[in-house]
Amino acid sequence: MSTLFAILFYLATLVFVVGLLYRIGVYTRIPAPLKIPTTPAPTTASGVVLRMMREVFLFESLFKANLWTWGLGLLFHASLALVLLRHLRYFTEPVWAWVAFIQPFGMYAGITMLLGAAGLWARRLFVERIRYISTPSDHLMLALFIAIALSGLTMKFVAHTDVVAVKGFFLGLMNFAPLHSDSQVLPSSVGLYAHLLMVAVLLLIFPISKLLHAPGVFFSPSRNQTDNPREKRHIAAWAKQLESES
Amino acid sequence: MADIAAPAYRIIPIIPALKPGAMEGVKSFVANDKIQEAIGFPGQLVEDWHDQAIAKMGELLGKYRSLKVYMDACVHCGACSDKCHYFIGTQDPKNMPVARQDLMRSVYRRYFTLPGKLFPKLVGARDLTREVLDEWYTYYYQCSECRRCSVFCPYGIDTAEVTMAAREILDSIGYGQKYSNEIIGKVHKIGNNLGLPGPALMDTLEGLEEDVKEATGIDVRFPIDVKGAEVLLITPSADFFAEPHIDSLIGYAKVFHATGTSWTLSSMASEAGNFGMFIGNYDQLRAIAMRIRKAALELGVKRIVVGECGHAWRVAYSFWNTLTGVGEGADPNDRFAQMLQKQLDHRYKQPSHICEFTWDMIQDERLTFDKSANDKYIITFHDSCNVARGSSMGGYPGGQFEIPRNIIKAVANHFVEMSPETTHEKTFCCGGGGGLLTDDLLDLRVKGALPRMEVLQQVADEQGVNFMACICAICKAQFTRIMPIYGFDRRMIGGVHQLVSNAIKLGDK
Repeated sequence: MSTLFAILFYLATLVFVVGLLYRIGVYTRIPAPLKIPTTPAPTTASGVVLRMMREVFLFESLFKANLWTWGLGLLFHASLALVLLRHLRYFTEPVWAWVAFIQPFGMYAGITMLLGAAGLWARRLFVERIRYISTPSDHLMLALFIAIALSGLTMKFVAHTDVVAVKGFFLGLMNFAPLHSDSQVLPSSVGLYAHLLMVAVLLLIFPISKLLHAPGVFFSPSRNQTDNPREKRHIAAWAKQLESES
Repeated sequence: MADIAAPAYRIIPIIPALKPGAMEGVKSFVANDKIQEAIGFPGQLVEDWHDQAIAKMGELLGKYRSLKVYMDACVHCGACSDKCHYFIGTQDPKNMPVARQDLMRSVYRRYFTLPGKLFPKLVGARDLTREVLDEWYTYYYQCSECRRCSVFCPYGIDTAEVTMAAREILDSIGYGQKYSNEIIGKVHKIGNNLGLPGPALMDTLEGLEEDVKEATGIDVRFPIDVKGAEVLLITPSADFFAEPHIDSLIGYAKVFHATGTSWTLSSMASEAGNFGMFIGNYDQLRAIAMRIRKAALELGVKRIVVGECGHAWRVAYSFWNTLTGVGEGADPNDRFAQMLQKQLDHRYKQPSHICEFTWDMIQDERLTFDKSANDKYIITFHDSCNVARGSSMGGYPGGQFEIPRNIIKAVANHFVEMSPETTHEKTFCCGGGGGLLTDDLLDLRVKGALPRMEVLQQVADEQGVNFMACICAICKAQFTRIMPIYGFDRRMIGGVHQLVSNAIKLGDK
């Protein structure tokens, strides 16, 4: 089983990294031929950085749109971030001090992440407009996150797993010396297998699903453009060509 | 058309329940082959429309980062779902911004993404069938490209970009809209959207000079094609003869007169509007904008000022520098842009909005007003969507909101705001923008005006508002048409420079 998971995680990581880099490459290459920031917009580059940070960390636009979606969305994403950071301890030796510090918070974040995802799902199920726009994949995506959170929390609070062994397994993978010794083998646990399998699925679908909203937001012209069209001429290569023709 | 009635106001602005299919029968007239071919599109739906549409979509996905990112990034969170005035007014779920985008996103997923190719049902992907194509036509001509949804989207997804792309695809396979494409034909053939030929335009301007002389006793000129004038005024052609637009044109002329500014109109570029944007066609957008460049070069003007028109100001402010070089900051080796930019006077923003021009003059104390001339009015201001969310004024964020209001307050005594949920960047479209200002869409236009009419009614009842000022030719035309259906006097809508015109003191100060 450990061998299967070793292969799976190498593959999933490869797809995740290469797929994401490919996507970012595509977004970078495609030009934005016109100035289309949603105004009022910052007139300076530093202003744009601030606007983007407010968007990414505070979900500014969503706050204007709907307080429930904003609250649940922020709860889910902030919790997820904490949970991910907490998991760094399985990939670092020695564990960094700040990672050790956030361990208890990360633990509760698992629960709040679950609450956030469940709340978002409830909106998707019970608000008529949002149910109308939901595809099966939208529901499955939330189900996946909820199942990942549940399986993780089960290992923490119900049926403990040998986390030292899990760490050994992943350190082995990271050193490109997987399953080198007995301490690098995954403990036999259905909960753990389920958790890891679903995380691998998440990594695999990341570059081809709506999870692309994560890199996408940074490339959104309505949010990342400086509002200075009169002060600086902005022109795409394909548009410039029209000028030599005429 | 006789049975078109205004929808009831919502008691409290609740989110309406869905009425699927409510607007599926409202389809803007399709352009005939003559209209289509006149601007270089196929006359009829081409035989291999399916393959050509997908190819065009692929081309646009490679040319516009906005379209590509917006197709990928949506998570169906629903933030935009109750923000569109057409959804609020019609309750048709396909008028929710996300659902409107999904009409195209479903096809994008089917042909351009792996999950859509493998598991279409799972991710809501579908084939581009004739039914889907008709649905595109119907609902992409029920979007006014006002960008209100983009304010609320956590990724800034702008449905206007998707609508423009859809219209561009439809045009490229011979499935165009009569209203927009006919107007584009007129701009190229006659010089303006209304098809007003040069001699008629000159007659009109002479008539205006006589009218103003009669009313004020002062010789205010309306010059046209004057070489060497300092300012070239580009204004929507509705300003030349439509009511209440013409009163703002008189206002601009009085401002130029009172400040001693030499100015001119251009018979070649007698139109600020640019419907090339509405149909998302870069070549048309550029060709229509090039008339302004050409006029500016021929007349040798130092400044270009734009009249009261929402989408025209978006095109002028945000796109003219890109399309034609009207602006500054071009690369020194950019001969195309430099040719014009060397001619323009960069002490001023190029182009300037007429409101920027007037406000500068007010601040320089070069204009004086008799504010009591507007005392019969209790005034509110409707932010026009394209000005609010697609442009700016004054060189600082939010200037597009402050400057027109500053002018109103400088020329009138009574000004009140409508609900802040419906002004500034959250303003509602008038319901007639984006190529929908046509009688075959009157039902949609009336329903789309609902959220604005609700809050106007509120300030009319509570504060006695009897005049709604705006700075957009389409807003003025739309409101003049639909406000009587809501029980308002059509003369309640007018331009900011109409108020300026009422109060300005001409002659010896």
